[in-house]
Amino acid sequence: MTMADALLDRRELLPRLFPNPSEYLIVSGLAGASRDAAAFTREADNLFTMGGAMGAAVPIGLGMALCAPDRKIAVITGDGELMMSIGSLATVASAAPQNLSIVCIDNGQHGETGGQKGHTAERTDLELMARGAGIAATMAIRCPEELGAAAKFLVESVAPRFLCARVMPGPPSDWKRDWNLADCRTRFRDALLERG
Amino acid sequence: MTEPKEPRWAQKLFAQLVEGGVTLFTHVPDAGNKALIQLAERNNETVALLLSTEEEGVGICAGADLVGARGVVCMQSSGVGNCVNHLSLVKGGRFPLFLIVTMRGDYGEMNPWQYPMGQAVDTVLKAMGLLVFRVDSEAELQSATGAALAACFTGGQGVALVLSQRFLGAKTF
Repeated sequence: MTMADALLDRRELLPRLFPNPSEYLIVSGLAGASRDAAAFTREADNLFTMGGAMGAAVPIGLGMALCAPDRKIAVITGDGELMMSIGSLATVASAAPQNLSIVCIDNGQHGETGGQKGHTAERTDLELMARGAGIAATMAIRCPEELGAAAKFLVESVAPRFLCARVMPGPPSDWKRDWNLADCRTRFRDALLERG
Repeated sequence: MTEPKEPRWAQKLFAQLVEGGVTLFTHVPDAGNKALIQLAERNNETVALLLSTEEEGVGICAGADLVGARGVVCMQSSGVGNCVNHLSLVKGGRFPLFLIVTMRGDYGEMNPWQYPMGQAVDTVLKAMGLLVFRVDSEAELQSATGAALAACFTGGQGVALVLSQRFLGAKTF
């Protein structure tokens, strides 16, 4: 499977995958994934967006999942961000939190820095890597007709689960998000913890 | 044959961390943190989580903080180097991060591979805005741990409790 097979527009992906985003606590990896997630939720209080610490999205989601076992946790990140901490998929598999979904928006390139080709553009298959790490529930999609099945996968498969969405090259959602990570932390915690 | 009992200092350190609200012990194995992790594995109230690399622990503890829980990252000194960019969460995000660093490349070290990172630990941690609480003897452990807990989870700081080879003893080959 090469990127030429991908027919998904990343900007239309998340609303179809997560019809009820307020049910989740969400962390999004740096760059395009966070712009998509922020536009999708209108930067809601249940979303922690990242603008750095590349590779930390899956670990942050795992920490949330282990420490809030009664909540549904979603990690939304890109292929470059995920590659930087690919070993964290093994940590997820071993820890096996029953409430964690990982969605990788895989465009096969480093969009934020000029569209340089990434490993997944040709040979690297992130779904296989997730399966090899020991995550039993994995799925890869590449066209809009598969979005319904993917949304169902995110509800019905046994977590932890990993979905790789191969998307067309193209810009992420247009959204100017909050870059102050201390403010993002405070907003997220206040909304979650003060509500009890 | 029964497992040898964990040393008293490790039992006291574990109890003090649990008393301080820590429930999650992320780690990359090291001879220096072995006893602490065994205690966390055995205890019903705590979770011991094996990492692939140390910087994962930084993110995992940040995730724990986002949902109101407290974790620590236990690592050998060489792991500090792996964590550096992810420590941006401390200075930039004011995440209260608690590292427990067991030293190599320190007092009495025999492996030349350990010296470069071991000798850079304090500088690297401080450069990223963490407070360093170094322990050179068992007598210092309780007060240093208490100070680190207060600075981290009440004071909102990133901290590293650094257990030196003078305290732990150098590995012999």
